[in-house]
Formats: sequence, C-alpha cells, structure tokens
Amino acid sequence: MTGATAEEIAGRELETATQEFASIVATHRPQIFRFLLASTRDTDLAETLTQECFLKAHRNWASFRGDSSAMTWLMRIAINLQKDHWRNRRMQFWRQTQTHAVDLDEASEWLPSGESSAEQKLLAQEQVKRVWQSVKGLSERQRTVFLLRYVEEQELSEIARATGLSEGTVKAHLSRAVGRVRAEVGGKR
Amino acid sequence: MNFRDQYAGKPEGLEAQVEMRESEALDAEFEQALRNFRSSVHAWSEAAYNRPRTAAKTVRQRSWRLAAGWALGCLLVAGSVSGGVFEHHHRQELARIAAARAAEQQKQVAAQRAREEEDLLAKVDSDVSRQVPSAMEPLAQLMAEDESK
Repeated sequence: MTGATAEEIAGRELETATQEFASIVATHRPQIFRFLLASTRDTDLAETLTQECFLKAHRNWASFRGDSSAMTWLMRIAINLQKDHWRNRRMQFWRQTQTHAVDLDEASEWLPSGESSAEQKLLAQEQVKRVWQSVKGLSERQRTVFLLRYVEEQELSEIARATGLSEGTVKAHLSRAVGRVRAEVGGKR
Repeated sequence: MNFRDQYAGKPEGLEAQVEMRESEALDAEFEQALRNFRSSVHAWSEAAYNRPRTAAKTVRQRSWRLAAGWALGCLLVAGSVSGGVFEHHHRQELARIAAARAAEQQKQVAAQRAREEEDLLAKVDSDVSRQVPSAMEPLAQLMAEDESK
C-alpha cells in the first residue's frame, strides 16, 4: 500500500517535472536559438546547438535549484556549448574545412518591414552591416556580452550570471565592445 | 549643413556646444544602428525558427558525403596497396625469369663445352690410334705362320 503510494507520488512528480520542462522549452527555445544564431550566423549550427542545450538541460533538470532564472541557466548552458563548439573546431579544423555561416550581406538583409522609404531601408541595411562587421571582429567574450546586452536586452547582473563573470568584468568587456562598434558605425559616415 | 558649419565664426564658447551636439548626433545614430541591428537579428531569427525543417535531409546528405569520402579513401588505400603488392610480385617474377634464363644459358654453354671437349678427345684418340701399330701384331703374325706350317 505504502509502496504503491510512493510510486504514485514519484509518477506524479515526474509528470509535473516533464510538464514544467516542456513549458520552459516552449518559452525559452526561440530566445536561445536567436542568441546562438547571432553568435554563429549559421542556421543549422544554431539549431543543433539549441537542441543540444535543451537535451543537456533536460538531463540536468533535477539539479536545477532555481538560484537564477531558468533563462539565465539555459543561457549559461548555451554559452558553454558554443564555446566548446569553437574549441573543438579549432582543434579539429581538418574535419570540416568550410564554414556554413552566412556572409554579412546576407545577414544584413533581414529588416523589419517598418522602414517607410527605400532610402531609409538602405540606410538601415548599411548600419546593420557595419554592426555585423564590428561584431565579427570582437573577441568571443566581448561578442557574447554585446549580443546579450543589445540583442537579448539583458541586465548586466543577468549577463554576469549567465557568463559566470563578475559584473565589473562584464562592464569592461561591454565597454570595449561598444567602443569598437561605435567606431565602426560612426567612423564610416 | 552640419553643426560645425552652423556655428562657424561664432565665439569659442560655442565650440563645446557644437562638440556636444555632434556627440549627441553620433549617439543618436549609434542608438539607431543598435536598434536596427536588434530588429534585424530578431526578424532573421524568427524567420529561421519558423522555416520548414530540413535537418534530416541535410544529415543524410552529410552522411552520404561522409560515406562517399570514406569509400573513396578506402578505394585509394586498397588501390595503392594492391598496386604495391602487384609491383613487388611482378619484380619477383621478372627476377625469377631472368635467373632461369641465365641458368639455361649457363647449362647450354656447359653442354657446348663438354661436347667440344668430347670431340677433341675423340679426334686425339683416333689420331693416336692411326699412328701407333698394334703392339700384339708381330706376335699374331708369328702365330699365323706356325699354324700354316
């Protein structure tokens, strides 16, 4: 009788956890995908890393204590996966010589349909291209911090938790990144 | 007309104002660029996220490419190994044939030499037997005379 009850409780807990995780996936998957897409500029790779991120999160779901938000926790996994990917790629460069990342022109083509005139659209496209160019030249850490701040619009404290850096270090990286982007965007007027 | 042109020839105190307004304009442009960048990434991500998935096809294509690469690699390795073995075998065969030919030639030379020696010996033999009479001939004549008597 007691055994059956324990089994029932365990079953219910498992079901609740599964539902919770499904809701987490539904809520945060687009955002994780967007961050990875902006970091890699490769749709297939972003898709693969997003899946790996949620697979890893599912495996470790029981160990998630809720110290930070689920989004921060997932973002931390995504950042680590992306880091591992580039590290492996550097080590095993001979395995895959060509990158599938789209070029900057293609990445800059995407604009919301809000721009009124063709001239405005062209100007916006040019600005986006310059930002992409400078983001490409940033170090891995600067790029991550920059994208989290200006694409994902995260607070500095959230970025610090997601990257595992102190807030001061995040500020320093962000300041350098913004300086470089500003020089690129403002310097070529 | 930019701010600098607007304030050209004005007292120096305005310089700072000009710079500030230029900096503000730059900030505004930078802010706009960042906004456009954010909107662009969001639009791209949304489109990519909602696109029809072709992952399985891509994986299959990649695995086909991988399999074809492996097959080609194996074929090259097998080809070079079998080529090497064939070459080695071919060389051994040539060496064996050359050795057999040399042995055959030596045998022929030896046989020829033996034949020549034999002929020479026979010639010497016949010459010697013609010059020297039989040692028993006088005795045979005496015996023939005794019988006739």
